Amino acid sequence: MTLSISLSVNGESLNVPLEDTRTTLLDLLREHIGLTGTKKGCDRGQCGACTVLLDGKRINACLTLAASVDGTDVTTIEGLAQGDTLHPVQAAFIEHDGFQCGYCTTGQIMSAVGLLSEGDAGADPERIREGMSGNICRCAAYPGITAAVLDAERRQSESEGTSV
Amino acid sequence: MPDTLQTPAGHVRLGSNSGQPMTRRDGIAKVTGTATYAADNRPDRLAHAVFASAGIARGRVVSLNVEAAKSHPEVIEVITPDNRPALHLDPDGKSHPFSWRIEALQDNTVRYAGQPIALVVAETLEAATEGARLLAPEYDTDPARIGFENGEAYDPPAVGIGGNPSFSKGDFDTGFSNSEHRIGASVDTPAQYHNAMEPHAIVAEWSGDHLTIDTPNQAIHLARGAFAGYFGIPPENVTLRSPFIGGGFGSKAILVGPQILAIMAARMVDRPVKLVLRRDQMFGPVQHRGATRQKLRIGTDGNGLIKALEHEATASTSSFDDFIEGAGNASLNMYASPAIVARHSAVRVDTGTPGPMRAPGEASGSAALEIAIDKAAEAVGMDPLEFRLRNYAETDPASGKPFSAKSLRECYELAAQKFGWSDRPLAPGQMRDENGMLVGWGMGSALFPAPMFAAQARATLRRDGTALVETSGADMGQGAWTALAQIAADGVGLPVDRIEFMSGTTDQPDAGVAGGSGHTASAGGALFEAGSNAVQKLADLATADPESPLFGAGNTGVEAREGRLFRADDESRSESYADILERAGLERIDAMGSGGRDPANTEARAMFSHGAVFAEVKIDPDLFQIRVSRLIGAFAAGRIINPHLAKSQLTGGMIWGIGFALHEEGIHDLRSGRPLNADLAGYHVPVNADAPHVEALLVDEDDPYVNALGIKGVGEIGITGSVGAIANAVWHATGKRISSYPIHIDALLS
Repeated sequence: MTLSISLSVNGESLNVPLEDTRTTLLDLLREHIGLTGTKKGCDRGQCGACTVLLDGKRINACLTLAASVDGTDVTTIEGLAQGDTLHPVQAAFIEHDGFQCGYCTTGQIMSAVGLLSEGDAGADPERIREGMSGNICRCAAYPGITAAVLDAERRQSESEGTSV
Repeated sequence: MPDTLQTPAGHVRLGSNSGQPMTRRDGIAKVTGTATYAADNRPDRLAHAVFASAGIARGRVVSLNVEAAKSHPEVIEVITPDNRPALHLDPDGKSHPFSWRIEALQDNTVRYAGQPIALVVAETLEAATEGARLLAPEYDTDPARIGFENGEAYDPPAVGIGGNPSFSKGDFDTGFSNSEHRIGASVDTPAQYHNAMEPHAIVAEWSGDHLTIDTPNQAIHLARGAFAGYFGIPPENVTLRSPFIGGGFGSKAILVGPQILAIMAARMVDRPVKLVLRRDQMFGPVQHRGATRQKLRIGTDGNGLIKALEHEATASTSSFDDFIEGAGNASLNMYASPAIVARHSAVRVDTGTPGPMRAPGEASGSAALEIAIDKAAEAVGMDPLEFRLRNYAETDPASGKPFSAKSLRECYELAAQKFGWSDRPLAPGQMRDENGMLVGWGMGSALFPAPMFAAQARATLRRDGTALVETSGADMGQGAWTALAQIAADGVGLPVDRIEFMSGTTDQPDAGVAGGSGHTASAGGALFEAGSNAVQKLADLATADPESPLFGAGNTGVEAREGRLFRADDESRSESYADILERAGLERIDAMGSGGRDPANTEARAMFSHGAVFAEVKIDPDLFQIRVSRLIGAFAAGRIINPHLAKSQLTGGMIWGIGFALHEEGIHDLRSGRPLNADLAGYHVPVNADAPHVEALLVDEDDPYVNALGIKGVGEIGITGSVGAIANAVWHATGKRISSYPIHIDALLS
């Protein structure tokens, strides 16, 4: 029997046939829907390369069964920029060289967007480093990643007219 | 102003592109998820492959339940030694120095845990995964040989790739016995695994006898020849695409068995096949840094001058192939000594074959040498920096040759000043921070050779005022898409936004190997020369054309910049590339270049990048948890093409130094030989919170001999120096000298 699930991916409503209940959200995105910006680094929730937002919260797509996301709202890296205008976190990653090989980058960026919306780290570099430590970067672009998240946080705070 | 018309014989001034801290040209692709890595390719009719991994380290596979796997829904094929097609080359042969013996299901022998023993191809990844599980292999098991004590020792004919396994100059024994201060140091380093974030992956598709492969690769044309060889087709029948490599660190330069299996499967099922290694499968067939056991002895006189230096290293390799960490050779080029000895031995164990991993030899060797040097300074009672300056090598200690350029003194000075080294108390255990943590300061010297590889490039000047530049470069994060484009732009005398740079596939001329920290120098040199040659052809056209304002200038009397040629003696007389091509009735003009190094300079000079790294650690006095609170390095590596990206390379290497010193350790069970921590929860690499303050400073260096552009490399040197600096800081905080990496809490408790 083929199941199907309904979900919103980057604002688009999809009804996806689910031929195999073993399929993870990560493989659903990459192999079935064709959104390959989300990466597989370990497939067991240890590296963060597959980070997406599920109903606004950052999660590891590899640890999430596709069958469990019926009715949810998923945001991937492909849904972050507005047309040609990069999300502030994306722009900050380029400016501060927050990546090298780029493989973990989409997960880092989604994680950073999630972290900023959680609002717990504020402008404290140590809390940002801690909050970003579920995302491994083997190139070790960490100084740039931290600088980028700090910068994006600052821009976000300024545009909201608040200071954290 | 660029000096582009002649192939430069000596040092050249580059134009407005090189040296600029540009952001990455591939930045938007990487932050939007549109950069395509191998596993992102999804051709029509794609089938998925998963290999079954050996669960023993030595013995034979005696049964596989192929029937169970085949009867699983959506499984297409199961490939085992019984039905695998023949290969044109013996997988156990070595056709060239960069070929390893690989596992391609040639027989039922198991040589290490994690070895591929069968391949399952299915309509979906899920079905292939389940099919591989259903194979339920049974084994005839021999005892595993793991660890230096249990392996088979031998004298290796070479270390690294073709490196000398032993070296001796002067009289070590006399020098050491006559020394006033004598120290010894024993340092073990464990197996380490590259663990690039992108697992090894391949999508292979046959069309007749033409093979198209998407796979990350650090040496595209070399790999093309190797793949063609295994399948008995001409190299030009192989198209290899590797535009983005999700981290390589040495593990993606050499062809590995799983790649051959996927290509074999694609031919058998006559469909495109994708094979992506699981993370645990990265701990066997795709190389690692071999473990080492090192012993050093240093003798000094009463003034702290080194009189004798000996570095012995034993390294582990597999039971069936040879890659020996040349750790002892790290002592050949750093500190002056009238007597130097380096020796290597090797031990065969039942693991996969090691290979080059970021700074192979240098990283492990430097990690031990810098501890020994610190102990020697301690024995003399001298500040570690003063001791290193006292033994500064003005010429290469091993060969006696002058250095092409060496700015290590400036590195020491700059980094020490930024770090605040002069406030350091000499004795250990003197410093605490405001939270009561033990604080220690240590340092290490960094060094890496400056090799070059054969490389070619093509530059095409086009009538629309742009240029196409091409070389099969490999961007694994070091920034080839950006730095090579900057060099190419200077070669053709155009702003970088007016060049189209094509790279990363076998469609372009051979850019050589992205390894050994030599890619920017090698491929960059070829690109610059190709551009210069194309501009020279254009100048020949213009200066011979009576209608050109440049007529009669002679091609050495012309300069190129911003897409125009100018008369050197009269700036008011100039003509655009486009106008010259138009009048000649040409759409484009192109030329090849190959860069390279003057062999006379290779013969006469020793060529290295240098650096100095200073570390601060904070250690909990009760729990002995170690944190690297500051790591500051200064590096001199010739001409820096892009300081923005070079600093990232250097800090990345330094953070690898944190991993080496404190985290990374591949552990194999002594009885079963299986890796016990084959995932990223068990095999620790540094995370963001492990690197709170890492800073790389650049020292300007003009190297007129290393190559025409004066470029060395920055990819690997960051890890050297950093490891020892952290170990020495741990000693300075606690008074405990460590004898093995990574530094565990229990080493400080004892």
